[in-house]
Amino acid sequence: MSAGAPSTRMELLPKSVQLSLWMGVAALAAVPFVTSEFHSSMVAKMMILGIFAMSLDLLQGVTGLVSLGHAAYFGIAGYALAFLTPQGESVSLWWTLPAAVAAAALTGLLIGFFVVRTHGIYFIMVTMAFAQMLFYLFFDNKALGGSDGIYINFKPNAGFFDLENKRVFYYFTLATMVLCYLFLRRLLWSPFGRALAGIRVNEHRMRALGFGTFGYKLAAFTLAAALAGLAGYLWGAQTGFVNPELMGFHMSAHAIMMVILGGMGNFAGAILGAFAFEYLLHLAKDLPTVGGFHIGKHWQLWMGIFIVLIVAFAPRGLLGLIGRLSRRGQEDEHA
Amino acid sequence: MEFANFLIQLLNSAQYGLLLFMLAAGLTLIFGIMGVVNLAHGSFYMLGAYLAWWLAARTGSLVLAIILGSGLSVVFGLVLERLLFRHFYGRDHLDQVLLTFGLIYIFEELRAILWGDDVHSVAVPEALSASIPLTDTLSYPVYRLFVSAVCVALAIALYVLIARTRLGMRIRAGAFNREMTEALGINIKRIYALVFALGVALASVAGMVAAPISSLYPNMGSQVLIMCFVVVVIGGIGSVRGALIAAMLVGLVDTFGKVLLPSVAGMLVYMLMAAVLLWKPEGLFKT
Repeated sequence: MSAGAPSTRMELLPKSVQLSLWMGVAALAAVPFVTSEFHSSMVAKMMILGIFAMSLDLLQGVTGLVSLGHAAYFGIAGYALAFLTPQGESVSLWWTLPAAVAAAALTGLLIGFFVVRTHGIYFIMVTMAFAQMLFYLFFDNKALGGSDGIYINFKPNAGFFDLENKRVFYYFTLATMVLCYLFLRRLLWSPFGRALAGIRVNEHRMRALGFGTFGYKLAAFTLAAALAGLAGYLWGAQTGFVNPELMGFHMSAHAIMMVILGGMGNFAGAILGAFAFEYLLHLAKDLPTVGGFHIGKHWQLWMGIFIVLIVAFAPRGLLGLIGRLSRRGQEDEHA
Repeated sequence: MEFANFLIQLLNSAQYGLLLFMLAAGLTLIFGIMGVVNLAHGSFYMLGAYLAWWLAARTGSLVLAIILGSGLSVVFGLVLERLLFRHFYGRDHLDQVLLTFGLIYIFEELRAILWGDDVHSVAVPEALSASIPLTDTLSYPVYRLFVSAVCVALAIALYVLIARTRLGMRIRAGAFNREMTEALGINIKRIYALVFALGVALASVAGMVAAPISSLYPNMGSQVLIMCFVVVVIGGIGSVRGALIAAMLVGLVDTFGKVLLPSVAGMLVYMLMAAVLLWKPEGLFKT
């Protein structure tokens, strides 16, 4: 996957895919009217994870940096909200959101300074190790919530709209996700985004062309951390609870899986992958008991087998699959 | 710190470092020779520990369990290599990360189905259960010395195998240049399978000898895996010598950190890694 052939990563989304995406947004906007509160809050969760997966896609799909510790920044922002929310009242969204995102970005900048100088397999191992360092920092210290985590009793207040209202929160999340997507698509085609894609394809050549690749990679790492923080803040606000698991190794690996599942490098795939992965996880945990054997309890086994099968047979993800099928259709028309 | 206490901590850090080396050596060999990053390496440690517990309960002897378990681990490694890993040698690291992450889930769940989610402990064998008194109040358990001795013996065996035997020569040749080695008529696939099984067995034996000093619990492989990553990053990927030195360093820093600076002990090892990265981004012994 190091080769960046546009056909496999679909940086340019075909008109048909773009149209489907906007229809998808319309469908998401209708969700709170057609389903129960439980299901729409599940969809809101998926959208938050969609933002998280997009932030990772900026590193993994665009810049070619596979981070196995991206959940750290997601978690940091969630914890920031938890620390900033007082016990007995809500806190303003307008300063806590930027503060939480800044906390995630700063952590990303600091860790990025060390990890961005490494390559390939080192990058994977080192990002994972630093994320685990933060995990244990929060896990081991009672003052930071310890292994039990912290409750966030009140959702942040936004002044003129009320996030305690589930429907308002849903639309706030949807709007954030769409804005995030548009921003990243814009970024992808900006000179900065082109430079990142160049680094993915051939970093040596980019350096020979005079690009300071260290700075570009560090900026991408920091930005990805900030956007992961945005998702983490929303997650903390929605679930009302943060614990070290949010920064854990499994969360990071799930994010990678989401990006792979959907298809890398175009952000739409990341959202699609987040929805698909969360849905599958939900399905797997919900499996019934057959003959005294509780299939759902062993969801890890099913997810594990699913992941192995996907990697073995569909490493280009769902969008790649759709792209391949639609290309096959076009070839048939020409024939 | 008085001398007896200092000696105990020194022995503890050597024992922890040697155990880490057993794990990291397999990880670094599998990466250095086949180019595979293996997140499931911690699961082999877990597998070893559970095998020791299960076989010791069946056979009544930990030593017998370790011998039987080592054989089983080699077979397990060979089967796993043949069915899955062989097909991922040339693939992107990203695919390998996901494959082995999926395997962690599968192994964890199989462990839960086979052996349950309870915490278990393994009794120290009668013959090794004594303690050596150092002062009136302090003593050092013989079993921990036994663990270190086993690790040292295996480390020496590994060195002899790689540096002094014909098979080791072929392994080194395969790591250096696959095509040329094949052209010389050496069955590189068999070499790869052997190296993989060796890595699995080393991790599993580490889990088996460590079982009596650490309890058995779900996800016990994960924490050990991260420490192995730190060791391999510090030592330089692919370098067995680097892994040994890094493992001993990590053992020292972690053990003495817990005694001298308990509040930041969990972070110290990672700070060591960060410092090494600043100084040598490709580890102490780049291969």
